[in-house]
Amino acid sequence: MWSYTLRRCLATIPTLVAVISVCYFLLHATPGGPFDSDRQVSAAVLANLQAKYHLDLPLWQQYLLYLKSLLQGDLGASFRYADWTVNELVGKALPISLAIGGTSMALSLVIGVGVGIWAAIRQNSVADHVVMLVSNVGSAFPSFVIGPLLILVFAVGLGWLPAGGWNDFEVRFMVLPVALLTFINVSTIGRVMRGSLIEVMHSNFIRTARAKGLPERVVVLRHALKPALLPVVSTLGPLAISSITSALVTETVFSLPGIGKLIVNGAGNRDYTLVLGLVVLVTVLAVLMNLLVDLAYALLDPKIRY
Amino acid sequence: MNPLTPSKNDALVQSLGEVAVAAKPPRNLWADARVRFFRNKAAVISLVILSIIVLACVVGPWVLPYAFDAADWDAMSVAPSVTNAHYWGTDEAGRDLLVRCLVGGRISLMVGILATIASVTIGIAWGAIAGFMGGKVDAFMMRIVDMMYAIPYLLIAILLVTILGREFYLVVITITAFSWMDMARIVRGQTLSLRSREYVEAARSIGVSTTRIITSHIVPNLLGIVVIYTTVTVPGVILTESVLSFLGLGIQEPMTSWGVLISDGTKVMDVSPWILLFPGALLSITLYCFNFIGDGMRDALDPKDR
Repeated sequence: MWSYTLRRCLATIPTLVAVISVCYFLLHATPGGPFDSDRQVSAAVLANLQAKYHLDLPLWQQYLLYLKSLLQGDLGASFRYADWTVNELVGKALPISLAIGGTSMALSLVIGVGVGIWAAIRQNSVADHVVMLVSNVGSAFPSFVIGPLLILVFAVGLGWLPAGGWNDFEVRFMVLPVALLTFINVSTIGRVMRGSLIEVMHSNFIRTARAKGLPERVVVLRHALKPALLPVVSTLGPLAISSITSALVTETVFSLPGIGKLIVNGAGNRDYTLVLGLVVLVTVLAVLMNLLVDLAYALLDPKIRY
Repeated sequence: MNPLTPSKNDALVQSLGEVAVAAKPPRNLWADARVRFFRNKAAVISLVILSIIVLACVVGPWVLPYAFDAADWDAMSVAPSVTNAHYWGTDEAGRDLLVRCLVGGRISLMVGILATIASVTIGIAWGAIAGFMGGKVDAFMMRIVDMMYAIPYLLIAILLVTILGREFYLVVITITAFSWMDMARIVRGQTLSLRSREYVEAARSIGVSTTRIITSHIVPNLLGIVVIYTTVTVPGVILTESVLSFLGLGIQEPMTSWGVLISDGTKVMDVSPWILLFPGALLSITLYCFNFIGDGMRDALDPKDR
């Protein structure tokens, strides 16, 4: 196990380096520097500025300096928000994204697994068909159509909840975004759970368990559930990646001041350094999440040997 | 007993052959698949609806009396009505929504088709080379694919459009760059397993030429899976374009696409919800149709289900 863990951890390093490098060099391939503007600064001042920010060094040295500051946890400064470093902006935005994303992920797992089991043991019943239809809607309809529809119904129509915005973790403002993300994730988790449980229920050991005279409840919860959960665990990696997409959309739809909104605004303003810093941060988080999922899978699946 | 004379033998073979032909016409993979596909109601209905949408997008803007970017000053933000020929109403600038939806559809479908062709080509080439070469080349090429999977592609796409700009072809290139990996994986797997199939070895052992093996054994088996995954790639690509455009980072004004129209619609949905609902419905229906057609293709072409 330890050697597998170590190998798997080491394997993420090339991915991270590749992403960071590609992003960095793409950014530097664009014409124009941070101090190019309509108002000409004198050559001497420009040289001073460039020396201060190491822009006079060859590109590879700048790159190494950037990697060094990344390792120290410094994501750089923003082009547009004068008084803010990327770290400070992240410090304000990340808790919001994590609160929304974390809550919805926890809810999705519980609801998704529950709904999956519920539909699987009623395979081909009306309830099962309804669940599958709703989950089809959740995965085929784009989140930026479902989100505004939620606002239209619950905020504009019924007036129960605010249409968007954020007020210091007040629950009212979190309900709709969390509901949207949960709905999307439950459609995936529920479908995978249903499929895998149906498959497991056809295996020999389930027949044996039933033949022993165990009640159906025990057969499902104690014998079938654990092996059926494995495919769910393996979808969590891709789901984490697609959650980032959903988060960008959700935060835009509900105007939440989270990381997603920051990235979208940064890209809209062409705030290169901010976008680079955020992309690097989120990519690292996503790669680590994938790593965790892989390790969890290896730990849970007795068929994997090292 | 009458021994079988050569002429009798021939006659017997012929009559047996006729019986076989009468009982079962020769089964050709594609004819077979077509029959199965057209037996699938959901897929056929989806195909019809999708054809209508595509036809409307291509022909509609020529037939309808309004231009997609012309403002009708007498009818701004009017609800759908038949009397003034704004069948789907107008947006807040008085532009006819139906024409805009159809023109947006042209762009969305065009991006979908172009990016799909490009990514399918790259994917097939990448997968086939990796599969045929095997060994270290295969391992290296597939490592790159694994790395691409771990990256949250939308973020890199955002970084790319931030740096490169938001021209139509750049959006296509950006989307292509992150849509080819599924196809590469599938083609590689298929190539790898086909290479060592018994019937390929049998063909080789009786002296069938390599070209003939490729055309009559490898390609037909590869083609089915390529067709299936191409139909699955199209909606994914269209969705990515819509997300980018929805976030304001894809297709730019005055040009439009479904994502742009939905984004415009969300801004005014409390007063004129039809501006959101029509493009939202159009995009959702299109994606839904593609999904059903993809399912139908899979059922029709998957050799495992014979």
